[in-house]
Amino acid sequence: MDWLFFLIQVLNGVQYGLLLFLIASGLTLVFGILQVINLAHGSFYMVGAYLAFWLVSRTGNFAIAVAAGVPLAVLLGYLVEKLMIRFLYERDHLTQVLLTYGLILIFNEAQRLLFGSDVHGVPTPAIFTAAIPLTDNLQYPVYRIVVSVVCLVIVAAMAAVIQKTRLGMYIRAGSTNREMVQLLGVDMRRLSTLVFAAGAGLAALAGIISAPLSSIYPGIGENILIVCFVIVVIGGIGSIKGAFIAALLVGLADTFGKVLMPEFASVAVYAMMAMILLWRPQGLFGRA
Amino acid sequence: MTQTKLSRRAVLGGAAAAAAIGTLNAPFVLAQPARLKIGLMLPYSGTFAALGNNITDAMLLAINEKGGKLGGREVQWVRLDDESEPSKAAANANKLIVGEKVDILVGTVHSGVAAAMVQVAREENATLIIPNAGVGAATGALCAPNIFRTSFSNWQPAYAMGKVAGERRHQNVVTITWKYAAGEESVQGFKDGLAAGGGKVSKEIWIPFPNDEFQAHLTEIASLRPDAVYTFYAGGGAVKFVKDWDAAGLKGRVPLYGPGFLTDGVLRAQGAAAEGLETTLHYVEDLPNPVNQRFKADFKKTTNRDVDVYAVQGYDTGQLLVQGLEAVKGNAGAKREFYAAMKAAKIDSPRGPWTFSKSQNPVQDFYLRKVVNGENKYQSVAVKGLDDPSTGCRMA
Repeated sequence: MDWLFFLIQVLNGVQYGLLLFLIASGLTLVFGILQVINLAHGSFYMVGAYLAFWLVSRTGNFAIAVAAGVPLAVLLGYLVEKLMIRFLYERDHLTQVLLTYGLILIFNEAQRLLFGSDVHGVPTPAIFTAAIPLTDNLQYPVYRIVVSVVCLVIVAAMAAVIQKTRLGMYIRAGSTNREMVQLLGVDMRRLSTLVFAAGAGLAALAGIISAPLSSIYPGIGENILIVCFVIVVIGGIGSIKGAFIAALLVGLADTFGKVLMPEFASVAVYAMMAMILLWRPQGLFGRA
Repeated sequence: MTQTKLSRRAVLGGAAAAAAIGTLNAPFVLAQPARLKIGLMLPYSGTFAALGNNITDAMLLAINEKGGKLGGREVQWVRLDDESEPSKAAANANKLIVGEKVDILVGTVHSGVAAAMVQVAREENATLIIPNAGVGAATGALCAPNIFRTSFSNWQPAYAMGKVAGERRHQNVVTITWKYAAGEESVQGFKDGLAAGGGKVSKEIWIPFPNDEFQAHLTEIASLRPDAVYTFYAGGGAVKFVKDWDAAGLKGRVPLYGPGFLTDGVLRAQGAAAEGLETTLHYVEDLPNPVNQRFKADFKKTTNRDVDVYAVQGYDTGQLLVQGLEAVKGNAGAKREFYAAMKAAKIDSPRGPWTFSKSQNPVQDFYLRKVVNGENKYQSVAVKGLDDPSTGCRMA
């Protein structure tokens, strides 16, 4: 592998990692701040992917899919939190796992009733169909770069909200001591609803913008869920910074695992997780 | 506490009522001639769900065309979603064969699941008809008189593609597929065909199933500068691979070959990325034979979906059941006669007529197809009357 192809592989790994971050960020928020294990997080990703497919095939316009799809997913997250999740904050994790697993089944069945079990694809938005030639026989689709840029913008926006705003202060405080923040007069119920809905929106946004890069099929959410949990655990539960670093590490480990040691490609990510957890059991940026 | 007692009583009462209804119904059921029980162990969820549904509906179509009975008996279908999950396969097959006591078991799509079904069918000496999974051992090392396959072996379409590629003198061919039984057998078939035609594979890339982030591998392929690439994917993986191949700019620069599963059932999702793809398979939608024309119209009428190779295989499974059970008047228990009748069956299929090999796998023509304007178009017969090597089969 010469240096040019090495650089291209780094690009591949970073791009994959950024996309993974977008999905995992919502999960780590909900996990860290609400202390809820949300197995249905992957379902919101699936909802996003199918919304993209449905809206694009109806309107032919990808911008509409993003503009309408994300609010719809946020609304869905809002309703799920209001009607179900909020009754579980005081319960143990097993109850949460049972409920959110049930939600996976409901979302999957709803998907089957609405869209059937065919495999679908979403065309790349027309303005981003170009590609940048890298070598004489390889090019890099512009849309992949656009997706990476969107992910970076989200990273910056999340960091700004959480570090610089009053809302972010409440979120950070709430993740440390829920009762204390409540006693100080912050409406934790409303804050929880907001965080959960935002998490759903982030997952759906990831589903929407990655739709043109992938295929849309039943069960698409579960495949992504496991790697997201790996990222959350490596990064440290509730840490956005941790999730970001972990997502890049997973993206690079996956890419180079495939190329350098194909026999062990499927375990490369998990081996890395095991090593990091041996070194820091609480994750890279988790509180012990 | 009172509430608990009340609800318990209600539950007991309900159970008693249910039991009473059961008793009342029992003589009723016995008075009718016993129905033939056929188990369908197919994927009705997940990546392969569309395949399972097409197989099921086309099989029912073939049987309903002959009056909806098999050998004069009514049929009771027992459907079970195998979820394409090999770890549950043996338990699921046992549930149908031992638990439900089905007379015949039909399944499935995923090769790993089918391999477990073959094992259970051999242990229980149960009749198994495989309507898709191409796992080689089913009609190879694990072949048995009670196991039939109406589809293909993974080796077959791959061999046909290899032969075509070999005749084009490709000396530096890269293969890329998931690392699972079907992928390995497919690559072996391709290599055999390629060698027969005079070509050579220079590198095999294996990806863990069902990982579909291909970017790293596409970069690697570009760096290897091959004459051609052979790939084996189906369903969601096929859509993703073909789209990524196009987006990476490899399309048009390196010929991409594969068995027909690369495009079948997923062409619309692949869109323009699939244009010009050449594949080999035992079926293509525009075959001109009258059976195919009639089948396409009838399937559309009953399901409002278009046919694909999976539907054809389901249809032929239905035809095989009709012929085999006709010969034994619906007595699936008369195994020697039943199997002899099925083995001798001449299936007038939409893919063209075919018969069983000694290992009970179809001997059939393979066609070279090409995607033109979003549809697979017949190009030529790649290999005529292709048998399977049936390596290790003692019946062959």
